[in-house]
Amino acid sequence: MTEPLLKARGLVKRYGRVTALDHADFDLMPGEILAVIGDNGAGKSSLIKAISGATVPDEGTITLEGREVSYASPLQAREAGIECVYQTLALSPALSITDNMFCGRELRKPGVMGKWFGMLDQKAMEKFAREKLSELGLMTIQNINQAVETLSGGQRQGVAVARAAAFGSKVIVLDEPTAALGVKESRKVLDLIQDVRSRGTPVVLISHNMPHVFEVADRIHIHRLGRRLCVVDPKSISMSDAVALMTGAMQPEQVSAA
Amino acid sequence: MSESPTPGGQEYEASLKDSASAVAEFEHAPRGMIGTIQHVLHGNPTFVPVIILVASITVFGFIAGERFFSPFNLSLIMQQVSIIGILAAAQTLIILTAGIDLSVAAIMVLMSVISGKLAVEFGVPAPIAIVISFIGGIAAGYLNGWLVTKIKLPPFIATLGTWNVFFALNLYLSGAQSIRGADIDTTAPLLKFFGQSIAIGSARLTYGTLLMIAVFVALWYVLNKTAWGRHVYMIGDDKESAELAGIRTDRTLRQVYMLAGFICALAAWASIGRVGSISPQSFYEGNLESITAVVIGGISLFGGRGSIMGALFGALIVGVFQSGLRLAGVDVLWQVFAIGWLIIIAVAIDQWIRKVSA
Ligand SMILES: Nc1ncnc2c1ncn2[C@@H]1O[C@H](COP(=O)(O)OP(=O)(O)OP(=O)(O)O)[C@@H](O)[C@H]1O
Ligand SMILES: [Mg+2]
Repeated sequence: MTEPLLKARGLVKRYGRVTALDHADFDLMPGEILAVIGDNGAGKSSLIKAISGATVPDEGTITLEGREVSYASPLQAREAGIECVYQTLALSPALSITDNMFCGRELRKPGVMGKWFGMLDQKAMEKFAREKLSELGLMTIQNINQAVETLSGGQRQGVAVARAAAFGSKVIVLDEPTAALGVKESRKVLDLIQDVRSRGTPVVLISHNMPHVFEVADRIHIHRLGRRLCVVDPKSISMSDAVALMTGAMQPEQVSAA
Repeated sequence: MSESPTPGGQEYEASLKDSASAVAEFEHAPRGMIGTIQHVLHGNPTFVPVIILVASITVFGFIAGERFFSPFNLSLIMQQVSIIGILAAAQTLIILTAGIDLSVAAIMVLMSVISGKLAVEFGVPAPIAIVISFIGGIAAGYLNGWLVTKIKLPPFIATLGTWNVFFALNLYLSGAQSIRGADIDTTAPLLKFFGQSIAIGSARLTYGTLLMIAVFVALWYVLNKTAWGRHVYMIGDDKESAELAGIRTDRTLRQVYMLAGFICALAAWASIGRVGSISPQSFYEGNLESITAVVIGGISLFGGRGSIMGALFGALIVGVFQSGLRLAGVDVLWQVFAIGWLIIIAVAIDQWIRKVSA
């Protein structure tokens, strides 16, 4: 059997008296699309934050490619190849789309100006940003140097997804990437997710949209009350059973295991 | 990226393959004059201080007449604002990160006392004394940055504390005594380097004035043309997002405070040339005056917005007001009164501009 690319065991995260993660496990196989579903407040985002270095879990271990890792910051996780679109998007509202796309990975001008004076290659950065947005079908963005705060909610989400997709290397994590997107843009994100997988990069998709989940996921991780309840195969379970599991109306023993 | 929607798509998505693929463009409806002004100012926030500066120069030119417009007077204004201007550059860095630095002037005075004591009384060669004061400025900035990022103190509190600490140290080291200009001249004239000037006609541009301009140009470049500068804006805009997006926010913040400290030490050197002596009691209100310049310059106290050049114009506006009112024979009392209203009006205009949807 193949080893998981990214594995977590017994993650615990408490915020004061609230327990967000209660000994949660997690497995992401190489090259798969793993959907994570669960009620509001089930701890899905907390799980993702622990995996991507945005929070440090109180207990538990995380293993990437067989090696145990512990990230003190999102940057360390990113450098290890985990790219994340957070539910809150993590964009700087007053800055331009281009500035937001790069965030610590800026392109410098070739030659002396770039090397010694750190001068940014604004042209190249704008071109790159525009290309990435077009790939996602975000054609309604008129000005690539527009401040992010002047974009619609869905356009902002598109920018955040484009950023992760542009740089993602080992794992791409998307926390509700289509929640605010239109029909066309959601379809583009789903296409993109499958495109990323076809290049061999695994994707973690958190979503409340069951048709989307069942369409693209290879496996579905059902999260409930801060832990992994079970993992199911979308081809052998109905949407209504998945929802029943997720909400506690049904127990995993009642369904044939994936 | 596949061109057409995947066959697995939902039924209602069938027409997506025919969707438009050009970047959207629109005709712009006329906005009316006020609307247009508001819009232009929104895109170029530095226009406001520039307009205020030009307007005040014009108005004071009429009130105070010839003397105000003379190259001598205009260069004198630059000279008079040079020290507060340099401090305002340091202050801008901190304010862009949504912080505030109450200690800038205290760092400056402390560093001028340190370099003066070393060079004039202990016979340390002047260049070494100056380098030590630079290191001291950076260390003082590091202390502020450390308190803000490691101890997690709000910048206001951290620098309120260090302001007092630095001021007390300065009184202790100097014994509350000034170092006389004549003593500096005989032992370490290099300390007064920035007091020298070049004459262009009747205008006298001091090296201190040129230093101020150089500091602003350099910082403008760093803030707008380098990755580090963009990160400074990001941190001020939304620190948590910047962290999630992969910026080393705390490290960058400490660097910002250290750079500000270094600029304060530069201001210290320039201030010796400007004042002609070293007085531990000087520039006591420099902290607030630097904040005034930044605010009049249209830089948001909430961080992440505004151009560093605004602070330069802000400092010049204050200088123009003071000079114009003085030449018009207005009492100092009313100069202070006018500056007070200037702050309020500048921020009110700023709020009005921000209301526009770009
Ligand atoms: N920063 C925080 N401080 C305190 N409690 C938190 C914090 N973040 C999350 N929690 C708590 O942890 C629990 C899990 O939250 P989490 O955001 O992981 O849920 P979720 O599954 O992503 O929900 P949703 O579907 O609404 O996004 C919630 O009860 C929430 O109140
Ligand atoms: Mg969530």
